Amino acid sequence: MSERIEQRAPGSEGEEDQIVPSPSPVPEPPERKARSSRRGESVFRFLASGSGVLVVAAVALIGLFLLIQAVPSLMANNANFFTSPEFSTGDENNLSFGIRDLFLVTVFSSVFALVLAMPVALGVALFLTNYAPRQLSRPFAYVVDLLAAVPSIIYGLWGILVLAPAIEPIARWLNTDLGWIFLFRTGNLPVLSGTIFTGGVVLAVMILPIITAVSREVFAQTPRFQIEAAKALGATRWEVIRMATLPYGRSGYIAGSMLGLGRALGETIAVLIVIRASTSPMTFSLFDGGYTFASLIASAASEFSQPLPTGAYISAGLVLFVLTFVVNALARVIAGGKVNG
Amino acid sequence: MAKRIDLKDVDIYYGAFHAVQNVNLTVIPRSVTAFIGPSGCGKSTVLRTLNRMHEEIAGARVEGEILLDGENIYDRGTDAVAVRRTIGMVFQMPNPFPTMSVRDNVVAGLKLQGVRDKKKLDEVAEASLRGANLWKEVKDRLDKPGGGLSGGQQQRLCIARAIAVQPDVLLMDEPCSALDPISTLAIEDLIADLKKQYTIVIVTHNMQQAARVSDQTGFFNLEATGKPGHLVEIDDTEKIFSNPTEQATEDYISGRFG
Repeated sequence: MSERIEQRAPGSEGEEDQIVPSPSPVPEPPERKARSSRRGESVFRFLASGSGVLVVAAVALIGLFLLIQAVPSLMANNANFFTSPEFSTGDENNLSFGIRDLFLVTVFSSVFALVLAMPVALGVALFLTNYAPRQLSRPFAYVVDLLAAVPSIIYGLWGILVLAPAIEPIARWLNTDLGWIFLFRTGNLPVLSGTIFTGGVVLAVMILPIITAVSREVFAQTPRFQIEAAKALGATRWEVIRMATLPYGRSGYIAGSMLGLGRALGETIAVLIVIRASTSPMTFSLFDGGYTFASLIASAASEFSQPLPTGAYISAGLVLFVLTFVVNALARVIAGGKVNG
Repeated sequence: MAKRIDLKDVDIYYGAFHAVQNVNLTVIPRSVTAFIGPSGCGKSTVLRTLNRMHEEIAGARVEGEILLDGENIYDRGTDAVAVRRTIGMVFQMPNPFPTMSVRDNVVAGLKLQGVRDKKKLDEVAEASLRGANLWKEVKDRLDKPGGGLSGGQQQRLCIARAIAVQPDVLLMDEPCSALDPISTLAIEDLIADLKKQYTIVIVTHNMQQAARVSDQTGFFNLEATGKPGHLVEIDDTEKIFSNPTEQATEDYISGRFG
C-alpha cells in the first residue's frame, strides 16, 4: 500500500510543477512547500483509505466470526433451524433450536412500530419544514432529536411501567371488538399488556426521531424553483407539498423509514423489558409475547460458557445481522445515495 | 380573458428596504410589455408583484394599487392563491415537475382548479401543447416524465402549463436566459403568437429581445446600489429604441452603461 504511494509521488511531480508555476525570482520556498504538501497528501491518503478499509474489514470479520461460531452448533442442532419455534440449549448434547418465533416476533414488533411511526414522522417533518414558524421550527426539531438521545433502558422502564397500563384499554378494545382480525385475536399470553403490541408502540417512539430527521432534511431541500412552479399555478400550501415536496422527498422518506426499521429490528433492552416471554408458540397476533433475536440473546448472555449452546445464540445473531443488512441495503437502494444518516 | 393591468403609485418594500419606488404604468391587453434595465433595478420585483409571488419572501409588502381590469389584486378580501390561478408565470429556469408526466405537467393547474374530467384534460393538454409549439415533439411521449425533455422543450412545456388555465395575464421572468439561441428563437416566435390571445409582460436582460418581441417597453433604473429602483419611462418599443425621452434610457440602450 505505502509502496504504491511512494511510487506514485515522483510521477506526479511534473504535473504539479505545471499546475503551480513558481515565480522565477524566488524559486526555493514554493518548491519546498510543494514537496511537503505532497508528503501531507500521501500521509492523508494513507490514513483516509486505511480507515475506510478498516471499517469494511470490521464488518466482514464480524460476519465471519458469527459464521464460524455458529456452524458447529448448527451441525449439532436436532430441530429445524428455520421452522422450529423452540429454542432449548440447556442440554449440550441435545441442542434443539429454531428461529421461527424469534423471526416472527422481531418482524411483527418492528413492522408494527414502523406502521405507527411512519405517518407521525411524515406529519412532524412536514410541520417542521412547511408549517411551523421559523422560531418554533428549530427548537421543535431539537426536541424530536432529543427523543433519540434517551437511553433505551429508560424507554424500557417507561414502556412497562407507564405505557403498558395506559394503552391496555386500547388493546382490550381492539381485542374485544376487532378480535376477528387475526392481528387482534388473543395471543399466547394470559394478559394484554407486555405484548408485541406494547413493544411496538415503544419501538415506534424510539424510531420516530431518525425517520423524522431524515425526512425533514430531504423535504427542506426541495428545490425552490419547484415550489415556485406550484405556487405560481395557485397551489395552496398543502398542494405545494403534494406537487413539489412529496415527489422530491419520497425516496428520502422511505429510506429514513428503512433506517428506522433497521433500528427497531436490533433494539434489545427496551424490548427485553417490555415484551413478556411466553411458553407457547407465536400465533401471528399482536397480543403474543415472546423473544426477538436481540432480546433472546441478551437474556441468555450471562450463561455463555459452553461453546455449543453459545453457538446457537450466535446463529440467531447471524440471522439478525443478515436481516438488518438487507433492510439497510434496501434503504440505500431506495434513496439512490441521497441519505447519509 | 386578456385583461388590462394598471399600476398606481406602487412602492415595494422588503422589510425596511425600499426596493422599488413609485411605479405608474398600464399594460394593454393582447400586447407584449417588456421590462428592461440593469441588474437590481427592480424589474423582476415589479413583475412578481403582479401575481403576488413576491410575498413568498418574508417581510415583502406593496403600497399603492395594482388593478386587474379595475380590481385591486391587493384588496383585503383577495387571496394570493386565487390571484395566481388567473395569472400565469414562466420562470427563468424551466421548472416542470420532474416526476410528473408531460401531460400531467400541462394540466397541473387545471387539476388544482378541480377539473377531473379525463377527456377535457386530454383536450386541454393537446391544445396547450399545440399552443406552445411543442405538440409535435412530445405527442408520442405524453406519459414520460417532464424532466426528460431538453431545456428549450421544458420551457415550452412550462408555457403550455401556464396557458392551459387560460390566464388573464402571462408573466415571463427572463424566460430565455437559460436557453440556447435556437430555443430562444422558438420561444420568441411563440410569444408573438400568444399575444393574439393573452396579455404578456416579459422581463428580459436582452435588449434585442425586448426590441424584437414587445409592443411597449419600460426602462427601470436605480440611482445607486441600496437606493430604490424606479421606472424611468415606458413607451412604444419603437420609440424607446429610436428616440427615447429620457437621457438615461438613451445611455442604457446605446450601451453606455448597464
